[in-house]
Amino acid sequence: MTARSTLLKIALVATTIAALPALAQDVPAAVQARQGQFQIMALNIGVVGNMARGNVDYDAEAAQAAADNLVAISMLDQQFHWPEGTDNMAIDGTRAMPAIWENLPDVIAKWDAFGAAAQGLAEVAGTGLEPMRAAVGAVGGTCGACHDAYRQPM
Amino acid sequence: MRSSLIYLLVFCLAGFAGAVLLTRPGVVSDSALEGLVGDPVAGEQVFWAAGCASCHAAEGATGEDRLVLAGGQRFASDFGVFVAPNISTHPEAGIGNWDFADFVTALQEGTSPDGRHYYPAFPYTAYRLAERQDLADLWAFWQGLPASDAPSAAHEVGFPFSIRRAVGFWNFLYMDDAFAVTGELDAAEARGRYLVEALAHCAECHTPRDALGGLDRSAWMAGAPNPSGSGTIPALTPDRLTWSEGEIAAYLNDGFTPDFDSAGGHMVSVIRNMAMLPEADRMAIAAYLKALPPAGE
Repeated sequence: MTARSTLLKIALVATTIAALPALAQDVPAAVQARQGQFQIMALNIGVVGNMARGNVDYDAEAAQAAADNLVAISMLDQQFHWPEGTDNMAIDGTRAMPAIWENLPDVIAKWDAFGAAAQGLAEVAGTGLEPMRAAVGAVGGTCGACHDAYRQPM
Repeated sequence: MRSSLIYLLVFCLAGFAGAVLLTRPGVVSDSALEGLVGDPVAGEQVFWAAGCASCHAAEGATGEDRLVLAGGQRFASDFGVFVAPNISTHPEAGIGNWDFADFVTALQEGTSPDGRHYYPAFPYTAYRLAERQDLADLWAFWQGLPASDAPSAAHEVGFPFSIRRAVGFWNFLYMDDAFAVTGELDAAEARGRYLVEALAHCAECHTPRDALGGLDRSAWMAGAPNPSGSGTIPALTPDRLTWSEGEIAAYLNDGFTPDFDSAGGHMVSVIRNMAMLPEADRMAIAAYLKALPPAGE
């Protein structure tokens, strides 16, 4: 009895583990692409953000490169990253809320605001720590503005 | 036979009287507030720490718009939808004709000037722990805020939760006059506790609730289901939130996690408040969070 239930548990765990990579692969390519895009954004904001926080020394060249990357991402046409039916009510593996598709003009305006803030950062990122810090704050504000309304908490 | 009927009647009357007394909305009198003089400059810090704008300003408001407390934000819950009222300085649409005692009565007793219970979606259970001097400062700051004539919308709460008097029972069960975290705290941790528990009311989302909607103080800050929507509000206890104190304070200022993901949901608005506080206060909050008892398994 005990041996059998132990076997059953092992089988269950094994199945679960086997199912995990399959689950990751089940996330649509468009969702993976947009999540990758946000990871690239986070990585580059981290470069200027750590300088702004005083965690690392200000480096004009690195700050400029990171800012330019953010501008580049802001210029990617987003239409292929957000197909209908890829919200968190429809599929697992995303925190994108259905409200995105119900308020597309607002979402696009918020994405454009990120682009404008990134542009603002790129104009000053290489000129000194203080102007860069202010511009990083503005970029952060545009991240929050969208996540406030359109991303599910953890 | 007759005497037992009388006993029953007396028993019922006593029970009714007890219930009436128990559920009676509390009031703070003018005399209890005598001698308090508010400082509007200090009051602005209280305003941001207490998070008034997060619920009473327009959703997503930034900058000066966060001072327009016109209400209108909707908060879905298991008990219905609560709609934040206009608490701007407008004399009719807002609270412009209140006096200081009305204000303190609302904040610390959860009672309106006409003697009705507010619903505990309004965190008077936290503000109850606030220093009255801070409330005097806040009220002084309030006088300089803009007026909005936007009418308040009614809450969409069905029976039996529509019986306001019943909130008195809820208050009896859950209105606590003590901090949740007790024991030895240093100055920064104690300041953090005051900011978190009395003003910023972080536990309203970060602590799970029981069936009646009361905070489960045995799982203080242990994380909870999102009270208004899908997803989870993360735990803040040191065994779960493993960021350094500096990282926590920085997050409360710039809205970025240590990996430079950004804050989301209602926390975005919370950070707009926290960013207005002195750095020492954000560090105090971080110190308090590190002093929380672990959530455990």
